[in-house]
Order: sequence, then C-alpha cells, then structure tokens
Amino acid sequence: MTRSGRWAEWGVSLPSFVWLTVFFVVPTLIVLSIAFHAPSSDGGFASGFTMETWKAVVRTPYKEIVWRTIWISAVTTAVCILLSLPCAYSIARMNTRWRAIVAGLIMLPFWTSFIVRVFAWRTLLNPEGFLQHVLIALGLADASVSLNYNSGAILVVSVYSFLPFAIMPIYTAAEKFDFSLMEAARDLGARSFFAFRKIFLPGVKRGVVSAILMVFIPAIGSYVIPDLVGGRDSELIGNKIYQRTFPDRNLPHASALAAVMGFSVLLPLAWVAWMIKRQDAREAKRLAEATARKLSGGAA
Amino acid sequence: MADEFLVFDHVTKRFGALTAVDDVSFSIKKGEFFSLLGPSGCGKTTLLRMVGGFERPDSGRIYLDGKDITDAPPNMRRVHTVFQNYALFPTMTIWDNIAFSLRLAKKPKAEIEESVDAILEMIRMSDHAWKYPSQLSGGQKQRVAIARALVDRPQVLLLDEPLAALDLKLRQHMLLELDTIHDQVGITFVYVTHDQGEAMSLSDRIAVMNLGKVEQLDTAAKIYEAPRSSFVAAFIGDTNFLVGEIVSTEGDYCTIKVEGLGAVSAYNDRKLDVGRKVHLSVRPEKIRVTLNPPPPEKGAGINIFTAEVTDVIYQGVYTKYWLKSGGRSMSALKPHSRFLLDQESITWKDRVYLWWHPDDGYMVENFSPMDVSLIQDPPAPKESSTP
Repeated sequence: MTRSGRWAEWGVSLPSFVWLTVFFVVPTLIVLSIAFHAPSSDGGFASGFTMETWKAVVRTPYKEIVWRTIWISAVTTAVCILLSLPCAYSIARMNTRWRAIVAGLIMLPFWTSFIVRVFAWRTLLNPEGFLQHVLIALGLADASVSLNYNSGAILVVSVYSFLPFAIMPIYTAAEKFDFSLMEAARDLGARSFFAFRKIFLPGVKRGVVSAILMVFIPAIGSYVIPDLVGGRDSELIGNKIYQRTFPDRNLPHASALAAVMGFSVLLPLAWVAWMIKRQDAREAKRLAEATARKLSGGAA
Repeated sequence: MADEFLVFDHVTKRFGALTAVDDVSFSIKKGEFFSLLGPSGCGKTTLLRMVGGFERPDSGRIYLDGKDITDAPPNMRRVHTVFQNYALFPTMTIWDNIAFSLRLAKKPKAEIEESVDAILEMIRMSDHAWKYPSQLSGGQKQRVAIARALVDRPQVLLLDEPLAALDLKLRQHMLLELDTIHDQVGITFVYVTHDQGEAMSLSDRIAVMNLGKVEQLDTAAKIYEAPRSSFVAAFIGDTNFLVGEIVSTEGDYCTIKVEGLGAVSAYNDRKLDVGRKVHLSVRPEKIRVTLNPPPPEKGAGINIFTAEVTDVIYQGVYTKYWLKSGGRSMSALKPHSRFLLDQESITWKDRVYLWWHPDDGYMVENFSPMDVSLIQDPPAPKESSTP
C-alpha cells in the first residue's frame, strides 16, 4: 500500500477510534479505578488509593452468584444456538417473500418494550397464571410447584429474550451459504443430518461465533430478567451490582463487581478469538506439512 | 439388461401448473455417454435431478440396473452428480473433497489414500491436493468435481451443464478430457447440456428434449441428418424449411411442389403418397451457391434454382448468404477456398444459382410453425446501396 493510502485509511478509521476511546475505553477504566477508592457517605467515592474494596469483594461469598451467572448464561447461549441453527437453516431455504415475512416476525417483539415483555412472562409464569393452569390440567405439575422466581424462570425468559440475537447472525451467514453443497454431500452418500453437521455448520461458523457473543455477553450482564422473574435464591451478578450501587450506596464495591463481570465476558471472547486463530494456524501448518511430505515423497 | 441400464418408465414431473417432464420413457445403455440436449426449461435438468434423487416424479418409475430407485434418497443410490457450479466443499482441501464419499462408505484408510491419489493422478491435480477450492481455477475445480464424483466408481455419473461456466478454449479442452475420462473409467455418463456442439462431439446417443418431451433419441449423425421433427431440425444447427405438396413419386424419390419456388426433388424415405403435405428441411451448408450454372455432369437430377443475393455475412470459417428465389428467402453456407469450383467472389445483388442433391433434403415427420422462430431470420432489406 502507498504511504498516502495508509494515511487515508487512518483518517477514515480515526473518528470511530476516537469515539471508542472516549466513550468506551476511558469510562471502563474510570469504573475500574473507582474500585480502588473508598466509598463515601454520599454514595460516591473518596479520594486516596485503597485495596479495601477488593478485600471486601473477595471476602463476600460471591462464588455461588458468579457461578450461577456463568452457567445460566452458558446454558442460555447453548439453547439459543441449538434452536437458531435449524431455524436459520429453514428461513434461508424459504423463497424471498417468506424469508422477509419470517424475518419480520422474528423482529416483531422488539416493537414492544423489553421490560414489558419480561413482565408478560412474569404474568405467564405466575402461580395463578396461564402456564401453571395448563400444567396442572395436564397433570404435569401441582399447585406447589413454582414456575416463577427461580433459575429456571430466568433461563426460559433469557432464551426467549436473546433468541432473535442468535437467529439473526446465523441466518445472515446461512443466507450466503451455497445450499447446492448440501445436495452434493447427499449425492456423495451423506445422510441429511451428517450433511447439516459437516457441511452446513462449518459453512455458517462465523455466524455461530457472533451469535454466541451476541447472546452470552448480554446474558452475563443481565439485570432486568433476574430482577423480575428471579427469586432470592437466583440472583445474578447484575442484581448485586445494582444492590451495591443504590441501596448500599457503595460505588467502589459495585465497580469492582462490574470489573469482575467485564473480565468474565472478555475471557470467553479472548478464548473464541484464540480458537479461531489456532484453527487457521493449524490449517496453515497442515498445508505446509503436506507440501513438505509431497516434496520429500517426490525426491525419494 | 445392459441395453436397459437406466430406464425411465412413463416419468412425469409437474411444478405447479408447469409440466417439466411429460410422460418420458426411454433407456440408457450401460457404459454409454448419453446426452440430454435441449433449450433451457425443456425438462432435461429435472430429469437428471430425478436420477440423482433430488426430485421425485409425480408418476412413473426410474430403474437402475433392474432396481426401482424412484423413491430412494440421494445417499442410497450409487449415482453421483457433477454440479454446474461444481459445489466443492470450501472448508475442505481438494484431497478431502475427493475422499468425502469414500470416508462416508467407511473404506479402509489405505484404500482411500490409494483411490484418491490415483484419481488425482488421472486428472493431473496431484500437486494441488492440499489446496482449498478457492485457490483453484475454473477448469481445475471442474476436474476436481468430476474426480470427487467418480472416485468411488458410481453406477452412473450425472453431469449438469458442467462446462457452462468455462470460457470457449477451456471448454474445448475439457470436452476432450471428459471423453478421455469416460474411456478410462467406463462408467455410464448422463450429460445435460443446451450446447449442441458439446452433445454432438461427446455422445454415443442424444435425447433431444423440448417442452418436457423427448423429440428424438438417436446418434448425433442421425439427429443432424435425419431430424424427425421441425424442432430437432431447427434447434440442432441451422436449416431452411420448404413447405409443399408431393405431386409425383419415382422410386425412392418424390417431387414436391413448393410454393414460390417450384418443383423440388427429395428423398422419400417414408414412402409418402402423392398429395401429402410435407415439410422439407435443407441445411444451409448442403446448398451450393455459384455464379454459373452447375456443370452438366453434376446437374442431372439435382435441384437447381436461380436467386438474388440479398445479404452476405462473413463468418470466418464460411460465409452465410441470404438468397431470394421466387419470392422466398433461403440461407446457404459457403467455405472459402481458391480450390473450390467457383473462384469468383459472390456479393450482394448478384444473380446466382443455388443447387442441392435430393438426398441432402430431409422431410421432417412432425412440423410445428413455432419451431421456425428458432431459425435466424433474413436481415431486413437494405435501402441504400452502401455495401
């Protein structure tokens, strides 16, 4: 690339770079730095460096909450991906008109406020609610079982809320997928499910990766869902951050928790990035080895 | 049995109101290079996809080697397809692409390696084994697609317009290569194309299809020289249709009175009687165009007419002449050579003789006026005298 071309590229990416730095990196660092101050009585933080907050965070038994947050997020992500794959596959196989209609239907819930939709679930899952009555009528549950205010409720509502965010990136990838490859696989002797797994899945790999991120990241930071349909025994880290910020008026403690949460999002992100890189490297290595084998074989 | 290897028995397929394949019955021989030739939408690809298992016929059966395969899923038939867009798996290397069917069949590792390496050798792609499809050229992808479909020796190889995406020179090269591969493997090939040149140069037999039906099933030469219908005559190559009525018969020949032209002598292979309305197809390259009348020793019994040249189109290999004789237009092709009888160049507005042997015309059995539109029309007459 020419020198002027490189400068032009810099010039174009500069505004978004500045934006991200000023409104994302700097605030994150500010939040992190607050965790090293002592709380003040007015709900803010005092000047002067201290490690007391971190010691308090470590002392408080958060292990269970962090663990619950991670497994609920992970299960939500897994369920969303498993549901999205066949869904995206079948939408991509529809004709253009039906595709637009179904894609529109998937986006339709977004016309209603997120909080209203979660509230609707709270009503549905209520002991006097529709679902409980149906389950009792079918003999699958009795009145003592609570559908609401537990981890199960959080899971169901999370899957419901985040499913469109999983379908959309996979569908976008599936739309570009060449379905004659599936026919080719079937033609060469593969059963439908094998073709789906070995041809379709690798074909939409990048879509699946972004779907995982699109679900896992908001699920980790989820606050409204556990607050509305979760119970005392199913709090997530999002609820704790809220409690530390407002009722407890301990901003440094909340900041420390936010930092922990931030890292628990960054770690899987880094892991995904590393996996992709490693796979590319493995393919390159295999290519090089095979070429070497070919060359030595030719010499022998 | 060998003559009825792949059998279509009254096969019909509809898509909504459209009948893509309309009650088709024929059989393909074992080891044959068979072509399905026709314009787009004639049903040839649908027929092929039914053999592959990607479409189910609405009625009729398909048999392969005596077994009914009509309802078998694609993975349960020993039939492989070479797709028009190659459909190579982009996330796999060339080697893995070719090994795909062998691995699915759970063949021993050593056997897989041997078969894949051997076929890579055959298509001269051994050096590219570890590349990905995106790193190959069109012709290379084509060869890999063929190798992938042939490696586990299917009973039938289906080729769906495999050369359509290649440029002319590469296409000609791949034609030779396909021919060689077919000779080497001895597997039955069913080749779908709309290109008559491809079909004629490769096939043992050709089924010419139109509007979901097989119009004629024959060798390339038979189809070209003795087209049964006006569609076959007009779709394969170029032709002139002369419409008339038989006025007399003499042995194997008959005389047809063609309106605007006069008496035309033709070979009467179907022994049609006087009074029958017939449609004679005379291909342009069978018609000679000269400034002088044909020499008497050649002139006996042949059709000779005088005409005016209305247009001359130079086409390299030959020149196409549009001629007007007695109010009707005809086209004729003439190669260029000093050694030909007629050395003088013939140009626009010349008075010429056009002549052909009665054996060079063929009376088609079925005539549809619609098919005449497949033939090139004479150019509009020129007003000014600019050449």
